[in-house]
Amino acid sequence: MPDAPGLELIRGEVERDHPGAVLATSFDREQAALIADPAQVLDLLRWLRDTPGQGYRFLSSLHVADYLPAEPRFGVHYELLNRERVERIRVKAMLADPGEEALPQIDSCVELFPTAHAQEREAFDFFGIEFRGHPELTRILLPDDYVGWPQRRDFPIGGEPVTFTYSEMARG
Amino acid sequence: MAEALANGIDPGIGLNEDRTTEVMTVNIGPHHPATHGVLRLVVDLEGEIVRECKPVIGYVHTGIEKSCEDKSYWKVIPFVERMDYVSYFFQMEAYCGAVERLIGLEIPPRAKYLRTLFLELNRIHSHLVWLGTTALDLGAISMLWYCFRERDRILDLFEMATGQRMHTRYFQVGGVIEDIPLGFEAKCRQFVEDMPVRVGQYEALLDRNEVFLQRTKGVGAVSRERLLELGVTGPLLRAAGEPWDLRKAFDYLAYPEMDFKIPVGTVGDNYDRYRVRIAEMVESTRIVGQCLDALPEGPFIAEDRKYVLPPRSELSTSMESLIHHFKLVTEGFRVEPGEVYYGIESPRGELGCFVLADGSAKPARVHFRDPSFVNLQAFRDMAVDTYVADMICSLGMLDPILGGVDR
Repeated sequence: MPDAPGLELIRGEVERDHPGAVLATSFDREQAALIADPAQVLDLLRWLRDTPGQGYRFLSSLHVADYLPAEPRFGVHYELLNRERVERIRVKAMLADPGEEALPQIDSCVELFPTAHAQEREAFDFFGIEFRGHPELTRILLPDDYVGWPQRRDFPIGGEPVTFTYSEMARG
Repeated sequence: MAEALANGIDPGIGLNEDRTTEVMTVNIGPHHPATHGVLRLVVDLEGEIVRECKPVIGYVHTGIEKSCEDKSYWKVIPFVERMDYVSYFFQMEAYCGAVERLIGLEIPPRAKYLRTLFLELNRIHSHLVWLGTTALDLGAISMLWYCFRERDRILDLFEMATGQRMHTRYFQVGGVIEDIPLGFEAKCRQFVEDMPVRVGQYEALLDRNEVFLQRTKGVGAVSRERLLELGVTGPLLRAAGEPWDLRKAFDYLAYPEMDFKIPVGTVGDNYDRYRVRIAEMVESTRIVGQCLDALPEGPFIAEDRKYVLPPRSELSTSMESLIHHFKLVTEGFRVEPGEVYYGIESPRGELGCFVLADGSAKPARVHFRDPSFVNLQAFRDMAVDTYVADMICSLGMLDPILGGVDR
């Protein structure tokens, strides 16, 4: 983990190459995070991956969390790992819910990290985050004809109504 | 018709066509023993050769991550165990470790050692299940019986310490739920003594088995760079020559005090994968032995009554204990808002757990970065342009647990 001053140094260096890509930093419970501008998240990820002296070349995990009722509510997390220095850093892009049927959008990082292929599909499947430029953005774990985004916090939980066809037929 | 064929005349039903160049799409699974769970493979075959392969998953998706959001922190533990049902101790450790980091709870040394001990026993157990079933796929049926014999001894140890053979719910936030019982150490030491001999016997059965060698050597190789691109971790990555192991890289549990090696392969074919896992079993046995030797005295769970249940004996004598017990059992403990990602080395690679706390007694999000789910992406690279039979072998060597893939 980069410590808190190290995180600020990274932020300063990013600011030089990509002004405005990092909106804020957070250092909480020994874990460092860069809060990224969703429009420039690919630039930031590429910078962290390719810049000499950074080398966060391994994407451990890509996942989404729903921060409802906070706004913007969706956080796309990229857990990056530098295997040489054994350091993790988290890049977090916050996406607002556009409301109605529209889906929140962010650029796909499959080109940078092929490992994100299945994980972005999973995020789409459960949260309805649309990853622009993903080669095959379809549901992965849920059935293809499923309606809704079940891991959003406002998705209703509860049982599905059970229909007893036999007794209804007997009663006529 | 036979006459017509013998004379080289096409009887009009296309039997004389050259069938080897036609590409045929075949569906394998989801219910097929060689898919090691409910995995469906859609493969394009040209004769016997796989030209394209697409795994279709989701058949055992049970919504565990969503269910966790509706349970208090300590009730989530049995849920997450049932994701990857072969390495349940690892699921517990990833989750409990993440929650401990969220609340800043330090676990006592004895708990660290006990957790390490059970994790490594679980690693041997997982590799034994892998070896038995994969060798079975390759026709070595006796391996299944031998592996499951030793696996049963590990399950006996689990039962002795925890009361359950599988899904033990042994790890708690703050430590482990109970100390190991009398007689456990002797039985475990006997196992530590026997296991390297058994591994030697497995090697004797397989290492000079011509069928096994021809089926595995040079099959399903994927380069180290490609594996890293695809995010593959664990024995698959180490078999390709990359000595990456979170137990060595990060400081967690009692691993920094343990003396063990990281086995690596050279070319990353199925034979290397087999060798790496076999060697890991021996290394894990060594860690179990060291845990027993160096097991510190002292409490096996943290003392903080805000998060940890008081001992049963105190309930009848202490009012405070009764109140703590009541609060913990009914509401559970609350966690300050925050988020933590905690990754450990499971038998299949990096098992990461992300927990988001919103200040209530229930986690707002529990996500598992399951190694099987990510590793499965490398399957296409392993299987394409090999024979169907080799694809089955590669799938076994990939060792996905579909409970973990689908969650």
